[in-house]
Amino acid sequence: MQSRQGPPILQAFYDVAKLMGKDQMLSNRWQILCCWVYLVAAALAVGMFFARADLLLIFFVQAAGAVFLVMGALSVKSPYSQVGAQRELVQILTYEPLLILVFVGMYLVVGSFDVGDILAYQTPLLRKLPLMFIVLSYALTIKLRKSPFDFSTSHHGHQELVKGVMTEYSGPALGLIEMAHWYETVLILGVCSLFWATSWIWMAVLLVATYFAELVIDNTMARMTWRWMLKYVWSIGLALTFINFIWLHAG
Amino acid sequence: MFKKFIKNARAKSPWIMHFDCGSCNGCDIETLACLTPLYDVERFGIINVGNPKHADVLLVTGTVNHRNKAVLKNLYDQMPEPKAVVAIGACGLSGGVFRDCYNVVGGVDKVIPVDVYVPGCPAKPEAIIDGVVRALAKFEEKKAG
Repeated sequence: MQSRQGPPILQAFYDVAKLMGKDQMLSNRWQILCCWVYLVAAALAVGMFFARADLLLIFFVQAAGAVFLVMGALSVKSPYSQVGAQRELVQILTYEPLLILVFVGMYLVVGSFDVGDILAYQTPLLRKLPLMFIVLSYALTIKLRKSPFDFSTSHHGHQELVKGVMTEYSGPALGLIEMAHWYETVLILGVCSLFWATSWIWMAVLLVATYFAELVIDNTMARMTWRWMLKYVWSIGLALTFINFIWLHAG
Repeated sequence: MFKKFIKNARAKSPWIMHFDCGSCNGCDIETLACLTPLYDVERFGIINVGNPKHADVLLVTGTVNHRNKAVLKNLYDQMPEPKAVVAIGACGLSGGVFRDCYNVVGGVDKVIPVDVYVPGCPAKPEAIIDGVVRALAKFEEKKAG
């Protein structure tokens, strides 16, 4: 099944360029605002990350964008869009506390929420927060809407939710959402890169390995339910956080 | 330059939607066979979407009848411009062996404009891929609005 050739590596860019060339067809004006706020918030969060701003501030900016995506989907009466929005909310509810805990872990080690200070820290964070990296990879999988956590968009457009939160977006608006999604991917991978910021080579190896593992997980897992996600990700995530923090405190 | 990139990108990322106007399932099976790893049209960026708002190419199989012509028209209207329509199989082209039935309207082109006709009963996957490629050439030329 997976031995096929598949689309080229630039496919995502072709898709967005094509969407930009299509007609604007929206159900209401509110959607335009929502997709723009989503894009601007995602871009701003990435910009702030590279400007070495405060991690908590970056977190709140990206959270505002994520909420606007949900609001845009809720502004339309379509049941697919509504169900997708509700599930997206549950996804946000699942990964946000974990993301905060990862930032708190970084604070406990470095003593600052500032990206610049974390980058200046001498030993790789992965050595002190190995379990928090696993917690972050859970957040990454949910944020990228990959299997087994892809139920707000249902990954393929012909499945039960016909793209969930994105059902009612079309043409350029959908292109904007795709671009915002790229920014979010960059942001979360940027947070991953903080775990081995002492050496460029190991940072690159860590990011490539993480993203590859993400693709393998996406291709080998079936979609689960949101109840399973809440139970599983919170219990595992909180347990890992607890163990890591105790270990950090003892060591 | 940007416009040219968009134009090139169109041919590289056609999202198809497949609508069955009550065919015998023969053409549908053959259409979906194109998406399997054997023919793997996904390597050309073709994705099967279930949402007319995301679709670029509409593949229609089966005979259009008085019941589903409104649905077909509705789906077509919900697709943003530019878009292309491919009629697949003898039934999609003219109504096929059912063309004289009292409930049958005839070909797909009686309800919506069709760009490419793919004959066959059922149409072969190779013919369907060929039809989609021809539709893409037209889709590339179309302007938005």
